[in-house]
Amino acid sequence: MLEQRAVSFTRRSIKTASKVRLLRTALSMLDLTTLEGRDSPAKVRGLCRKAIHPCDIPLDPPVPSAAAVCVYPALVPVAAAALRGSTVRVASVATGFPSGQYPLEIRLADVRSAIDAGADEIDMVISRGAFLAGRRRDVAEEVRHVLRACRTVGEGGRTAHLKVILETGELETYDNVRMASDLVLEAVAAEGDVHDGEVFIKTSTGKVQPAATMPVVLIMLEAIRDHHRATGVRIGMKPAGGIRTAKQAIHHLVMVNETLGADWLTPGLFRFGASSLANDLLRQLLRQATGRYMAQHDFPEA
Amino acid sequence: MTHDHHDDTAASLQYDASAVSATMRTAPALIDYSPAPETARTPVSESCGLFINGTFVAPRSRRRFETINPATEERLSLIADGGAADVDAAVSAARAALRRWSRTRPEERAKYLFRLARRIQERARELAVLETMDGGKPIRESRDVDIPLVAQHFFHHAGWCDKLRYAFAGADPRPVGVCGQIIPWNFPLLMAAWKLAPALACGNTCVLKPAETTSLTALRLAEILQEIELPPGVVNIVTGAGETGRMLVEHPDVDKIAFTGSTEVGKRIAAACAGTRKRLTLELGGKSANIIFEDAAIDQAIEGIVQGIWFNQGHVCCAGSRLLVQESIADDVAVRLRHRLASLRVGDPLDKNTDVGAINSAAQLATIRRYLEIGRAEGARLEEIPGPPLPERGYWCRPCFFTDVDPSHTIAREEIFGPVLTILTFRTPSEAVERANNTPYGLAAGVWSDKGARIFDVARKLEAGVVWCNTYNQFDAASPFGGYKESGFGREGGMAGLRAYVTL
Repeated sequence: MLEQRAVSFTRRSIKTASKVRLLRTALSMLDLTTLEGRDSPAKVRGLCRKAIHPCDIPLDPPVPSAAAVCVYPALVPVAAAALRGSTVRVASVATGFPSGQYPLEIRLADVRSAIDAGADEIDMVISRGAFLAGRRRDVAEEVRHVLRACRTVGEGGRTAHLKVILETGELETYDNVRMASDLVLEAVAAEGDVHDGEVFIKTSTGKVQPAATMPVVLIMLEAIRDHHRATGVRIGMKPAGGIRTAKQAIHHLVMVNETLGADWLTPGLFRFGASSLANDLLRQLLRQATGRYMAQHDFPEA
Repeated sequence: MTHDHHDDTAASLQYDASAVSATMRTAPALIDYSPAPETARTPVSESCGLFINGTFVAPRSRRRFETINPATEERLSLIADGGAADVDAAVSAARAALRRWSRTRPEERAKYLFRLARRIQERARELAVLETMDGGKPIRESRDVDIPLVAQHFFHHAGWCDKLRYAFAGADPRPVGVCGQIIPWNFPLLMAAWKLAPALACGNTCVLKPAETTSLTALRLAEILQEIELPPGVVNIVTGAGETGRMLVEHPDVDKIAFTGSTEVGKRIAAACAGTRKRLTLELGGKSANIIFEDAAIDQAIEGIVQGIWFNQGHVCCAGSRLLVQESIADDVAVRLRHRLASLRVGDPLDKNTDVGAINSAAQLATIRRYLEIGRAEGARLEEIPGPPLPERGYWCRPCFFTDVDPSHTIAREEIFGPVLTILTFRTPSEAVERANNTPYGLAAGVWSDKGARIFDVARKLEAGVVWCNTYNQFDAASPFGGYKESGFGREGGMAGLRAYVTL
């Protein structure tokens, strides 16, 4: 029934004004991401430009900026400099991304240095090894440690929001995804005073297949919904990996709308971890405005 | 459901996650979707004939009645009201065609059925639109459920034509003869397929009587039968109301009656067939129990409840209309159900985003409303989720459920045949089974638990023709469907369904 329900969202027919609205919303929710070993400062600067001004073609109202640019810690200073003065936030993966197979101290140092270098948001990975071995309390503890690190006022008075990557492709079963989601939400709640959108749960690193599938995202949304019902706190959601087309993005937003409600249709509570998605959203948005499809080469890369 | 308008796009982009609403809402506000009407139009002729001996003929009764679109109350066409002479002509045509059709080589019969299935697929969109216009069901369902299952049913039975000896090992299956088939209005074309496909596969000829409010797709099927050049008289379609059905049942030259409909009419048909040579199968009403144990995957069970009772406006004989929830999770289930109900969209059946369409007829709406009144009068609590206003014309009933229901309440015992769920609770598995079986009906049931042993134990004890485990309302041409007790006898679909159409 879970998979059937997930498919049902793809059967919604989103046309005209609703379509434009959701395309714009999706653009504003993008975490434009580059997580390659060969990433260069130039590439990151290009991505930042695109995040601030996704498109040179003027539209009324203007095309919204992306929510964040997501990079490795080494490139955080480059992104922070390029995004200064804009609304676009700097997100950094940390905690020994993507495997998490490092001692906790090193992973926490990774977090602190990324924040000090200018990260507004930390995308951490959980220890799937510990989770799968049944050491659930270890996972809860590490999440609490990282959240504390994000809240600690460091150099320049900076704190950060936290996104917790479950790496659902390695958890394999839907039961595990739900269990890991609940585990993280409970750990976060145990730290207390969580404000809306301070913490996200995120599907994947993008390095493992399968990444964000609709049934997996649905389970995580249900965990967020139940957590909100129990505590009143709104946790955010970020599917990452595998969402490449505007159509897929709209399917996800329909799923968010019908599972959590319209309150979650904001970049403060929902993000897409993607890079190639941006151009397809732009193509579809311009198609709605002009009646014509643009070619891929009409848009800058990424 | 709020009506957010489309010009506030900018507002939705603001970064305002900090705005915490102090009050916890039971159901969230959702954004609305722009209208997404199905644009394919299908022409409907102003007046329809009867399909007898391969051609459309005017009714000898000279009577016609209106068929309307229940979502708009506008007339779609005039339908012939078949009288005694018409029924007689149809039965004679079927009798005359029987000799050749029953001796047609099985692999040749199969070709007709394959061709029919293919042609239905090719004309699927047209058929789906017509089904929705005439019956009120959402286009999403007629497009994604009804019509694909119709095609599947003919494909499946096309495969049986030349394999009947293997279905009945050691026997020599022969056709029964002329079959009179009377079908309901809830799945008009699908029920026609359930009746016609096995009958034709086994070499019988048929006289089909569609329900009076939903004749159009059956008549469109007749056009397709002409296209595929099915020999004249093999299938005859006589439209009309209950009286036409009675004449078909009582016609002395009919060898077999198959009826799907209410238990009340089924009993009259059984009485009429008693003491005659006619063979009979009946698929009647139900008050099926959908049992949720505390160890079930609750969100999946919620989907099963929705699928069970709000599919096709609850016009489903096997609808999971009696929800039995373990007491420990009853409140949680009600909260989740309210939340989920708020996302169901009620309205124009031709809009692709509609989940719950129009009630099939004014009469059925009156019946449903009467039960809602009785339920309230007997002390149960009715919960409806408010939504945008419903269209002014047409027959509408918002999906709803009753809590505080006592097992002796009328709404817990009688078939409502609408989008109305009654919720009862239980404490132990044996109490669940006892409560589930405490009904004159026995068509279907659902069991939800993540514990395999409990599923098998409970499923075995349920007196129901179909038991769905951790799912509901799943249909397949290969899977037999039918009831216990006052839900009828005989099976339709799969190998078991062939038995009603052969003499061994």
